[in-house]
Amino acid sequence: MSDEILRMESLQITAQAEHGGPGKKIVEDVDLILHRGEVLGLIGESGAGKSTIGLAALGYTRPGCRITGGRVLFEGMNLRDASPESRRRLRGRRIAYIAQSAAAAFNPAKTLYAQICEGPIRHGVMSLEQARIEAVQLFRELDLPSPENFGERYPHQVSGGQLQRAMAAMAMSCRPDILVLDEPTTALDVTTQIEVLAAIRKLIREHRTAGLYISHDLAVVAQVANRIMVLRQGRKVEEGRADQILLQPRQEYTRALVAIREAKVARPAASTTDSKPLLELTGVTASYAKLAHVVEGIDLSVRKGETVAVVGESGSGKSTLARVITGLLPREAGEILFRGRSLEPALASRSRDLLRRIQMIYQMPDVALNPRQRVQEIIGRPLAFYQGMESAKRKERVRELLQAIDLAPEFAHRFPGELSGGQKQRVCIARALAAEPDLLICDEVTSALDPLVAEGILELLGRLQRDLGYAYIFITHDIGTVRRIADRVAVMLKGQIVAEGPLAKVFAPPYHPYTQALLSSVPEMRTDWLDGVLAERGQLGEAAAM
Amino acid sequence: MRIAGYRVSVGALAGFAIVFANLFAAVFAPVIAPYGQADLVGDVWAAPSAQHWLGLDSLGRDMLSRLLFGARTTISIALLITICSFAIGIVTGFTAAVAGGWIDMGLSRLVDAVMAIPTLIFALIILSVLGTSVPVLVGTIAALDSTRVFRLCRAVGVDITVMDYVEVARLRGEKLWWVMLREVLPNALPPLITEFGLRFCFAFLFIASLSFLGLGIQPPLADWGGMVRDNAQAINFGGMAPLIPAAAIAQLTIGVNLVVDWFLSLHSRAHGEGA
Repeated sequence: MSDEILRMESLQITAQAEHGGPGKKIVEDVDLILHRGEVLGLIGESGAGKSTIGLAALGYTRPGCRITGGRVLFEGMNLRDASPESRRRLRGRRIAYIAQSAAAAFNPAKTLYAQICEGPIRHGVMSLEQARIEAVQLFRELDLPSPENFGERYPHQVSGGQLQRAMAAMAMSCRPDILVLDEPTTALDVTTQIEVLAAIRKLIREHRTAGLYISHDLAVVAQVANRIMVLRQGRKVEEGRADQILLQPRQEYTRALVAIREAKVARPAASTTDSKPLLELTGVTASYAKLAHVVEGIDLSVRKGETVAVVGESGSGKSTLARVITGLLPREAGEILFRGRSLEPALASRSRDLLRRIQMIYQMPDVALNPRQRVQEIIGRPLAFYQGMESAKRKERVRELLQAIDLAPEFAHRFPGELSGGQKQRVCIARALAAEPDLLICDEVTSALDPLVAEGILELLGRLQRDLGYAYIFITHDIGTVRRIADRVAVMLKGQIVAEGPLAKVFAPPYHPYTQALLSSVPEMRTDWLDGVLAERGQLGEAAAM
Repeated sequence: MRIAGYRVSVGALAGFAIVFANLFAAVFAPVIAPYGQADLVGDVWAAPSAQHWLGLDSLGRDMLSRLLFGARTTISIALLITICSFAIGIVTGFTAAVAGGWIDMGLSRLVDAVMAIPTLIFALIILSVLGTSVPVLVGTIAALDSTRVFRLCRAVGVDITVMDYVEVARLRGEKLWWVMLREVLPNALPPLITEFGLRFCFAFLFIASLSFLGLGIQPPLADWGGMVRDNAQAINFGGMAPLIPAAAIAQLTIGVNLVVDWFLSLHSRAHGEGA
């Protein structure tokens, strides 16, 4: 076809093995065609090879990786054989890249202008004067505030969402033919993600730029991409039009990805709701080192066998709330009752039995497990510490706990480095279970995991609650997760709870305005979701202006 | 080349050979040395001969025998100093990192104050006031050296204590010592072992320079630094006597550093299971 701009033919990329030997193939036999003005979404979990393919479009591989087979053709020129000089001329000028973390991609010591205009000047496309005018134009197209002066700011002076858009401006500064977008909205809050997503989509549509949009979130990709390619372990699973992938997925794996947000996790019958609260917070206030209050006047109660979700964006104080309950950050005012008794503010003054009853599970299982301890030791320690169990009995109990989290007994002898992300999180759960707690605080336990793995963890937590009657405080920013597991919800904004109550009541009209903003920002599995939300908000904006 | 699953370079092998040879000399000095370390056996600065392979020193003692006995005193004292300084540094450094707050502040500023004084001058003052006995020597250098170990342990410890697994241990109610020994120390071992090798070299060179100044290990006990000083005059007459103990110092320093380099290269790689 005449308007074809990028073509990959049976691409194979190999990661070199550490001591010679045959390397591991991280991309295998992938064919890809991109036309002018078309956006192709690359979907897959971590290790699927989607970023590697995205970089290969620039003729680049990460250190230690090599293109070992196939061709990457840009306008018929094979990037694999091209000289470093000719590749350098293409990069930034004809093919540009947007990374996940704008904060890490910008130089904090230079203004945005200096960094955005550098590309066009270096490539000799524009003069400084011209580049600045173009940059202002791009800022305007991206809906950045005061576009004339925006470029004079330094990266730390703008918000995360604005910085991500500034990076889009940087990538577009040379008017490239292809834009590679590597998870450009993943690090952002949902309400910010929607702005960035809309701005980027507008930009590439207006400039008729071809795009490779890489993401693990199918719902997000579906808003931007014309076609979607599903990848798994370096191989293509399925490819098709965006609506076809969402509505009629052909492969089992794709079907699982599409269905993921729909099923409700089985929950115990809410028969215990009339019992006395297990944990009750009234007017709890706390702050870090005399700064403004991070959490203020929090009222919250949790009953036995109940899941209370605490929802909010980053910086809303939801993790701080967990630190206050566990005593890592002593409260300054207010009262916390646990099993009808006042809870000591500071960790150090709580009894061992009290500590046992409240356990935490963390977001990053990688850093929540000591890399130098075997699973046996990690899970066994609470048994020895709280129950004084001796070695033989401990081994037996660890075996039972591993069984409870669906891991084979052999895992007891492994180090955390030998486990996958999902297995690590399971071990973290087993460690919390070993203490035989009443209350489990789950701090974003699924957000670092791939969707299907996260699914397994949610199922596990649901089953454990049914069998053993734990109470959960579930801290998350993911509304989809909340919908599926929570009995009651507390929505946090700037350190305060703005809405609280049973799930069905908080997530149904009449909404608190912030709850509504949060809810409408969650991407849905249909291609016209973003258009719908933008149209709705446009009307609201017009109505407000009148 | 691989030994016990580890890649071993030629440099590392040479390093190990040097270190083992020195340890062998230190342990078996009384057995293998042809003469006693204080025996006067011939002329001052006699040239090497069949009886005296490395010649004689400034008083007519056998150079080879003194070198072997010197390995004994120098290495054992340097090792003792390094172990003591690490014991002090690890305990204080990790305490500062894990406890934080005013404990960290107090310890860190104290260490800053001690480090502000030039080490050699400080050691000279203490040794001239307290006199030069082996325990005083070991105590002084270990205390001064531990400031550097403290700095390292605190820096590494602070990085580790922010990890969630340390928070888990604290939430469980573990005592400070348990957190230090079981959660922090195992994860700090690679940089600490590397530092141990380097610190050993420094301790060993420090004793040599103190001995050279006359405040180190006292005669008639042989030590390499002292031997350089005793024979320094021979240089004026074109004798090679002071070069022999100097070479001994050099070869052990190089040997230990080769081993340390190898160890560093092992841990600069994979963060995986072996690291």
